Amino acid sequence: MNQYQQLYEENRDVLGERGDELKAFLESAAEIDKVFAPETYAVNLRRLKLPVDAAKSFKCAVPAVSTTPALVVNDIFQPSKRLPEGVTFMSLRAAAELHPEWIPASVRDDIKSAESRLNDLLWTDGALIRIGQNVRPERPLQLVNILSAPMDLMVCRRVIIVVESGADAKLLLCDHTQDSEHNYLVNELIEVSVAEGGRLSLDRVEESSPLTVRRSEMHVQVGANARFCSTSSLLTCGDSSSKINVSLDASGAEASVNGMVIASGTQTPAFHTRIRHKADHTLSNQVFKYVADGQSNCTFDGLIIVDESARFTEAYQTNHNLLASNDAKMHTEPTLEIYCDEVKCSHGATTGQLDDTALFYMRSRGIPEAEARRMLMEAFLSDVIANVGIDSLRERLRHLVERRFSALAEGSDSCADCSAINALKQE
Amino acid sequence: MLLDVRGLRASIDGKEILKGINLQVRPGEVHAIMGPNGSGKSTFSEVLAGAPAFTVMDGEAWLNGVNLLELSPENRSHEGLFLSFQYPVEIPGVSMANFMKAAINAKRKYFGQEPLTAAEFLKLMKEKRSVVELDSKLASRSVNEGFSGGEKKRNEIFQMAMLEPKLSILDETDSGLDIDALRVVAEGVNKLHTPQNATIVITHYQRLLDYIKPDFVHVLYKGRIVRTGGPELALELEERGYDWIKNEIDAQEQ
Ligand SMILES: Nc1ncnc2c1ncn2[C@@H]1O[C@H](COP(=O)(O)OP(=O)(O)O)[C@@H](O)[C@H]1O
Ligand SMILES: [Mg+2]
Repeated sequence: MNQYQQLYEENRDVLGERGDELKAFLESAAEIDKVFAPETYAVNLRRLKLPVDAAKSFKCAVPAVSTTPALVVNDIFQPSKRLPEGVTFMSLRAAAELHPEWIPASVRDDIKSAESRLNDLLWTDGALIRIGQNVRPERPLQLVNILSAPMDLMVCRRVIIVVESGADAKLLLCDHTQDSEHNYLVNELIEVSVAEGGRLSLDRVEESSPLTVRRSEMHVQVGANARFCSTSSLLTCGDSSSKINVSLDASGAEASVNGMVIASGTQTPAFHTRIRHKADHTLSNQVFKYVADGQSNCTFDGLIIVDESARFTEAYQTNHNLLASNDAKMHTEPTLEIYCDEVKCSHGATTGQLDDTALFYMRSRGIPEAEARRMLMEAFLSDVIANVGIDSLRERLRHLVERRFSALAEGSDSCADCSAINALKQE
Repeated sequence: MLLDVRGLRASIDGKEILKGINLQVRPGEVHAIMGPNGSGKSTFSEVLAGAPAFTVMDGEAWLNGVNLLELSPENRSHEGLFLSFQYPVEIPGVSMANFMKAAINAKRKYFGQEPLTAAEFLKLMKEKRSVVELDSKLASRSVNEGFSGGEKKRNEIFQMAMLEPKLSILDETDSGLDIDALRVVAEGVNKLHTPQNATIVITHYQRLLDYIKPDFVHVLYKGRIVRTGGPELALELEERGYDWIKNEIDAQEQ
């Protein structure tokens, strides 16, 4: 932890009060993930403008989706041009000055992790998205996170999403690494709240480089009769770990938390979900699917907790995995903790290989083996794509997945042409 | 000779199933293969189609002068072999249209042709669907998923129509069909029959052979063709069952 303490010493002036907390934290933070240990990452505490213009050169791979977009380059927010009425979509740093009351004091105590504490102390910017009461923006909002720097960089990014009562919004979060030369460490903290009767569809797409380490934590609070739907699509990554914690706080709250992963090479993707039912008549549904190729080492662990007070709860979880190579590994650990009798819960996990009879059937019709395999892998993921909330993203994802598998068939673990397809659609 | 099989022996998990099969099929012919359950009829057709589960131990199989046993399943298909499966496989998540498009365009690529345009492909699908009166809705569904038994068999013959094979092997295409569906499927097969191609019909029942008239009838038992005759052999089997043949062969073995 020496490097962070030194960081603190050198940046006492910009860190201010946070600095003292940081110091205390660092002195006691023995349990922090070892990926934070290397002393090679720079942290841009002084908000220096890095000599890159990612916004200019960046091309979104999801261009067919017509959205209200904003960029976060490393951790510097670049706003969208025009916003629908009732929608705030701004730099978190600016929001902290203008509306300090909108920023949660710190991550809630019961879910505090060392990484999120570090984020809390070191975050320099990110985004605040706030959908006003009963506001229903027509287009999805899109936040594109880009990593692009002339040096190895650590980014502490924070995103706060507030959906007020009766509001209904769709949000697409994209994570891209712009280059494959530098090491990036992303410590991301996303805090979401959906108030009574509100709805949020939050879809995430990650295409990061093999040298990117991501530690993402998302905390979601869902209010009475509110609904949170999320699909995370991990197309390429390095060492990527996402925690998704959802708390169904009041009666009638619902969450649908889904994900798909395509892993190859030596990638190590992980999802850790924790869905807590705190109130009666709450519903959660999880579907996670992984295709593990190469020597990838994949993890899914999903925890469902049903509190004693959460009567008439329904909680379902499935995790199906396809091992596309003999060297790929899948660790899956579904856990149920149920403290209430009147509930319907189920979980199921399977890990298998491609169906040989289907493969032979396809080949007997003339479809070459490699293509048949690719079609079966795409088919395997198709129900996760079907769950994606943003209509136009579904078609786009099918295309991205197809391209990812085509690249795999040609021996590539990334989609190098990711960013080269089309310009980000600005309205 | 369109199909020339000599001394074909094949095994699965070390168990010999085909024990030396000989069969010659000329263009324009229809052959029926009958025989009790478990005698190796499906194994024979799957071995010809190249199922990786089976090991060929001995023998030869030539299609139109091409050595089938050296080819991958996909290239056997391109060279003109088609198997209508006894149990067509359901493939959730792969639409019939994408499946057929991949099959057709792979074949075109094999012969150095450009892929079909979307419009050409749709036209071809429509034309071939009518051969077996296949519901257009089925084309947008996943391959065989949720199809009834009859729809699955129709779908096999539809695929046959699309691929225009030289040699079609229909493995119990009649099982599970009611009489109307049987007629539609059989008429479809007859429409596709030309003097240049040939069909092997595997069946238990004379019923199908009333519609698809065989030139030769073979009886397969214990991995060998133990009897060959004309259409009258099928009628005789219908009347007398298989026991008399079984008894004869079993007696010879002792
Ligand atoms: N996948 C398999 N594994 C093991 N044995 C098999 C397999 N497929 C077929 N067999 C065996 O091969 C023999 C012939 O089966 P099959 O070809 O299906 O007969 P038929 O089609 O004439 O009813 C049977 O004894 C069957 O049990
Ligand atoms: Mg059979």
